[in-house]
Formats: sequence, C-alpha cells, structure tokens
Amino acid sequence: MKHTFTLTVNGRNYEREVEPRLLLSDFLRHDLGLTGTHVGCEHGVCGACTVLLDGEAVRSCLLFAVQASGREVETVESLDSGPQNLHPLQHGFWEAHGLQCGYCTPGILMSLVPFLRENPNPTESEIRDLLSGNICRCTGYQKIVEAVQLGAELIQEKST
Amino acid sequence: MKPAVFDYHAPRTVDEALGLLAQYGGDAKPLAGGQSLVPTMNFRLAQPAALVDLNGIDELFYLRQGEGGLRCGAMTRQRSVENSTLAQRLSPLLHEAMPHIAHTQIRNRGTIGGSLAHADPAAELPALALALDARFYVRSLTDGRWIAARDYYTGLFTTAMQPEEMLVEAVFPALPAGSGWAFDEVARQHGNYALCGAAAIITQGEDGLVKNAKLVFLSVGEGPVEAFQAANMLVGERPTPEAVRAAADTAATQEIDPVGDIHAGPAFRRHLARVVAQRVLTRAAARASAEVSV
Ligand SMILES: Cc1cc2nc3c(=O)[nH]c(=O)nc-3n(C[C@H](O)[C@H](O)[C@H](O)COP(=O)(O)OP(=O)(O)OC[C@H]3O[C@@H](n4cnc5c(N)ncnc54)[C@H](O)[C@@H]3O)c2cc1C
Ligand code: FES
Ligand code: FES
Repeated sequence: MKHTFTLTVNGRNYEREVEPRLLLSDFLRHDLGLTGTHVGCEHGVCGACTVLLDGEAVRSCLLFAVQASGREVETVESLDSGPQNLHPLQHGFWEAHGLQCGYCTPGILMSLVPFLRENPNPTESEIRDLLSGNICRCTGYQKIVEAVQLGAELIQEKST
Repeated sequence: MKPAVFDYHAPRTVDEALGLLAQYGGDAKPLAGGQSLVPTMNFRLAQPAALVDLNGIDELFYLRQGEGGLRCGAMTRQRSVENSTLAQRLSPLLHEAMPHIAHTQIRNRGTIGGSLAHADPAAELPALALALDARFYVRSLTDGRWIAARDYYTGLFTTAMQPEEMLVEAVFPALPAGSGWAFDEVARQHGNYALCGAAAIITQGEDGLVKNAKLVFLSVGEGPVEAFQAANMLVGERPTPEAVRAAADTAATQEIDPVGDIHAGPAFRRHLARVVAQRVLTRAAARASAEVSV
C-alpha cells in the first residue's frame, strides 16, 4: 500500500506518494533527482548517504522516506548556489584538496555542517573522531582533516 | 539491496503500538532508530510483515530522575544520553560509555531501547545494563512486567521478551556510596563494534577493602558476560595492582569462551579481555578510593 506524505527538502515543500519500503536515499536520488546524496553500502557503515534531518546528521539509507513525513531534510545541494558561490566548507575542501573522486564528499560535508555549528573550533582529534563515521577510499584522510580546519576558519571569517 | 514489502504503521501511543503488535501476532517488528533493523532489512535477513514505527510516540522519549535511579524511555536517543548532564550525574558509567557506541550520525537515531532489545553480543548497552543491575519495564497489550537485566539476556540476539511485548523503560540504579566505575574497549577504529570491551564497578568500605565488585564483558560470548569469580576474588581485599591482575587473569582464562571472527581469533580476544579487565578494574578502584577518602 502506498503512503502519501509531505516533507521539506532544501527549503522546498513536496507531497509524494511512495511505498513504505522506499529508502530516503533512493527517494532523494530517484524521485527528486537530488543525486548529490551518494549511496555506498546501504547498511550505515560508509556515511556517503548522510543528510540532515531537522538539522541532525543521519544516514538516509537507514530511514524510510515516509519517516521524513512533516520533517525537514537538507542535502548537499543545499550548501551552495553554483560554482561561483561555494559554501565556505566546500571552498576549504577545494583549496586544501580534501577530495579526489568525491564519492564520500557529500556525506562528509553534511556530517560537518552540524558538527561545526556545535563546535566551531574543533581540535584535530575531534575532527578525526567525527570523520570516523565516513569512509574515504582515496585521500587517506589527512587532506580531509586539513580541509575541515580551513573550512572552519573560512566559516568564522565569513561570520565576523 | 532493498527491503522487501511491508505494512507501515506510525502509532502515536504505546497502547496503539501494542495493539498493532498483537494484531500481527509476532509478524510485526517495532522500528526504533532503525540502525540495526534497517540494515538487516536492506540485506533481506529480516522480512517482517509490518513495521510499527515508534518514532512518533512522544511518551517514549524521556530521561528523568525517579524512583530507583535514572529512568530512560525506550526511544531516548543514544545521543541524548551522551549530551545529558542528568545522565552524567546519575549514571556516570552509562554516560562515559556512550561515545563508544558507533558514530555520532548513528547515535543521532539509535535508541537506548533499540540497542537493549536487539541484544547484540558486541553492543555496549546490554553489558552496561548488566553491570549496573538495570531493570526493564516490558509491556504487552494485556500485561506489564519488570525484568532484571540479568534475566533479560537469554542468548545470541535473544531476550526474555515475547514478540508481542515491547520494552517501554529502562531504569539504571545509582551506585552506592564509595563506588568507582570504568568502561573501556578495544575496536579497530573508534566507532566500530568492539573486539572486546568491559565495564567494572568497585565499591569500597571506609577501611579501604572492597565490599562489592562487578566485571562485565562484551564481545566475548553470546551476550554480555559477567565474570563472577574474578569479582569475588576482589571482595574483602585491597584492590592492589596484584589483586587486580589476578582477577583479570581469572576472568580471561576461566570465565569467557570467545569465538573468533575475521577481525580477531579466540586467543587474541582472550588477551584483550585480560588487558581491558585490568584497565577497567584499576580505574574503578582508583575512583572508589577517591570517593572513600573525601
Ligand atoms: C555503522 C554502525 C555501527 C554501529 N556500531 C555500534 C557499536 O559500536 N555498538 C553498538 O552497541 N551498536 C552499534 N550499532 C548499532 C546501533 O547502536 C543501533 O542503534 C542499536 O543497536 C539498535 O538501536 P535502534 O534504536 O537503532 O533499534 P532498531 O534498529 O530500530 O531495532 C533493533 C531491534 O530491536 C527491536 N526493538 C527496537 N525497539 C524496541 C522496543 N522498544 N521494544 C521491543 N523491541 C524493540 C526491533 O524490532 C529490532 O528487532 C551500529 C550501527 C551501525 C549502522
Ligand atoms: S549508503 Fe548509507 S551509510 Fe553507506
Ligand atoms: S575522495 Fe574518493 S572516496 Fe573519498
């Protein structure tokens, strides 16, 4: 049986009819065409599918789309408004070479947004601890840590 | 992979949820944080006929000080306990161990009740519940009962609950005066399931002798494993480094029967158990001494 539900994604309201078994990750990618959210493992381990649900970082592969009913979802597409207008965190990743293939990047960015909101000046070990929830097979993480540090600085510069 | 077809229900009250569980007669599953259930459904290891989503039941989300200690509604997120000063004050052992459960993104959804009910032998919460003598309130449509943690865990991923029952509340009692506590584990990477972990509680008398001791392991058996013999060796003694080492030795050689997997064989797990037991007993004893001397 299909369920009709409404939700907000990146500030836009949607009403859709879906099967309950549809994962939020697939709903975002296939129904809304928001392919920035990546899918790696579908069992919560890789972190590529991380999005914000009411402002908190969660795995979209472990949520059914209907569970987002009446809630607010933010994906990586919410961060910037075009290549000329990157979010400071994205700018940090660009400058500090925080990505290679980019598969893991959307999930990492969406994990970082609430993290840096709560803790604008994280230590290296706090950054590494947060990153333990996201797998990257390219970079070896060192550049990601540096990108987060730069991103955090850029966010603070922008807000002062 | 994708989950098989199921009916989805989002009740607003516990009674409604229990009615649905009864209606499906064991073929429905409660959906808490989904951090263990949804992966198994994605792999089709689980194909429940229906999910009863508990996320809209407001009465299951709470942490409060009450009779018997820290009372915790089944749907309380692991992340809320980690961020709670009330939990830190009333149950510092529980609070200290929280960041060892998975990653922030998982703890944002994962619940106390879901982890306790899932009964994964590698999970922290069942071992902590056993160490703290926690009690669980379990309800069905027609009945309600309290189950002590020690009677709740009956084997690999199994509990004393019936399919039509639901865990509603967990109570974590405060520790007696003169108690010290510690939790530690070894994992391949922070946030991964532990290869071995342990919780310890030591209660000391004014005379500096151990009045009561508890040592509980995770990841070395079919559920949380309490090392009674090791704990008894410490009672009536001073918790000297030698006494602690002997107790940890006994626990690791005689009281656990770890199996191997791709990450660690039985011998390595036994070694880790000795090391972790020694660490937690030492820390718990130091904290107990500090308590007694103030
Ligand atoms: C990548 C990853 C890493 C993880 N690492 C760890 C770790 O290191 N340590 C750890 O302990 N856990 C770990 N977990 C599991 C996580 O902690 C889960 O949150 C937890 O095991 C289950 O809680 P949940 O709320 O998500 O329950 P769910 O997944 O929703 O449910 C689990 C089971 O319990 C049943 N259930 C749920 N609530 C109730 C209730 N109130 N009454 C009766 N039955 C109920 C469900 O029907 C289901 O069978 C990890 C998970 C992931 C995805
Ligand atoms: S796809 Fe969701 S965590 Fe890997
Ligand atoms: S950049 Fe390729 S997986 Fe991280």
